[in-house]
Amino acid sequence: MEEYLETLLLTCQLAFCTTFILVIVSIPLAYGLAFFRFRIKPIIEALISLPLVLPPTVLGFYLLVTFSPENMLGHWLEKYLHVSLNFTFAGILIGSTIYSLPFMVHPIQAGFENFPSILLDASYTLGKSRMTTLWKVILPNIKPSLLSGIVLTFAHTMGEFGVILMIGGNIPGETRVASIVIYDLVEDLKYKQANQYALALLLFSFVLLIALYRLSRRTQSHTLF
Amino acid sequence: MIDLQLSKYIYTSEGDQMLTIEMQIETGSVVALYGSSGVGKTTLLRMLAGLTKPDDGHIEVNGQIWFDKKKGIHVSPQKRGVGMVFQEYALFPNMTVRQNIEYGLADHRDKRWVDELLELTDLTQLSSRKPGTLSGGQQQRVALCRTLAHNPSLLLLDEAFSSLDQATRTRLQDETLRLHRHFSLTTILVSHDIEEIRKMADVVIKIEQGKIIKQGKPADLLYAPKKYHHIELTGILTKVETVEGGCILTIHASDSTHRIFLDTASTVQNPTQWQVGDSIVITLPYESSSVRKL
Repeated sequence: MEEYLETLLLTCQLAFCTTFILVIVSIPLAYGLAFFRFRIKPIIEALISLPLVLPPTVLGFYLLVTFSPENMLGHWLEKYLHVSLNFTFAGILIGSTIYSLPFMVHPIQAGFENFPSILLDASYTLGKSRMTTLWKVILPNIKPSLLSGIVLTFAHTMGEFGVILMIGGNIPGETRVASIVIYDLVEDLKYKQANQYALALLLFSFVLLIALYRLSRRTQSHTLF
Repeated sequence: MIDLQLSKYIYTSEGDQMLTIEMQIETGSVVALYGSSGVGKTTLLRMLAGLTKPDDGHIEVNGQIWFDKKKGIHVSPQKRGVGMVFQEYALFPNMTVRQNIEYGLADHRDKRWVDELLELTDLTQLSSRKPGTLSGGQQQRVALCRTLAHNPSLLLLDEAFSSLDQATRTRLQDETLRLHRHFSLTTILVSHDIEEIRKMADVVIKIEQGKIIKQGKPADLLYAPKKYHHIELTGILTKVETVEGGCILTIHASDSTHRIFLDTASTVQNPTQWQVGDSIVITLPYESSSVRKL
């Protein structure tokens, strides 16, 4: 039972941290993509969308290689910051953040792009900066997009498997998340125990999506679009 | 004094064209921009507000340069002190009426100023309502109020009253004129409504094909339809019928027969004043006439 709770808690912890980091990273990123034109924009958009089409093991493999002390970044991290990312929680957090990036950026970018430009014009002519307009006008009015990004990222991270297995392995309390435990238990033909984890993930994802639809409907009726 | 000389290539449904405008506007006046759709009136307002960058030229307002292509100056909309009221109101849906107005408040202004504005525009009762629950006229008043909270020196109205019914429009026009005088503003409005221009503007500027083609006082430039425009039909009275509450006249005019009911109040005199064979003139006033293709 203790192991069961520890695994689910670690899974939730990873999902929460990934979502939190991605909210902070994705808002400026999506803002830049939605409101500015620059030459390398298609390259950045392609890089963000890459995890949607790339097998998780490919991304996991390259991250494993990059974090390895044999290579420049891994060596630098270990030598100067005394940090090793492979097979640690920090490592799977970075992998998970990169892998879930499109699930957060895309809904927020769509929210920005569909935002009525006349409201931005009104705010600017009232003397308000881009930053004030973002915080006080845009973000409160694109709550459905933000909620959608948050819930999709959280749910996606809860069920992440390939990337985590590649970078994190299977260390209890450190990198052993629910999806990896399910895989292990099925390999050992322990279907009953695997079902306990699988059912928890299934119910959690289902409840989360219901909450998203209910919340976004309520928010829509408040914000007019 | 506003002195501007601007050119901008614009893309419209009527085709692409070069907007070339040169004009001077007296401080404190109300100037109306008039002309068919797509000639660049809104683009001109947007260039004044700093929302659209001209291709060439300069804008100087009371000695301050807002835009100068040669010197590479383009003052941002935030720093121009312009207030713009949009046709679509552009109220922030997440904020109440009061919050919308407070958002427009210039930093140094006391919040009591919001109360004054709410009172001035008769919005105090609605201050805690969200824009989505207000009528078009009320939303436009909030938009005007929010713009004034910013304390602008130049007020731009982009067809601000066009989507309102006649009664609300008249009331808001009066209110805007009162506020224009009260705050000593310079106001530039875009309008297709001749009556609105005649009522509000000191100067009217007609723009066609990207150029100013006429400029002057509305009374000199605009046709006064109510004064001269009516339709007259001349015919012969062929029948008079007395009915309950008045009489019906049958008149033959222009190869067609018309039956017109006159109530007792409008006939005043005895219906027998009408004699078959009389020559009759039917006058249709401008207000109630309409024209359609057969």
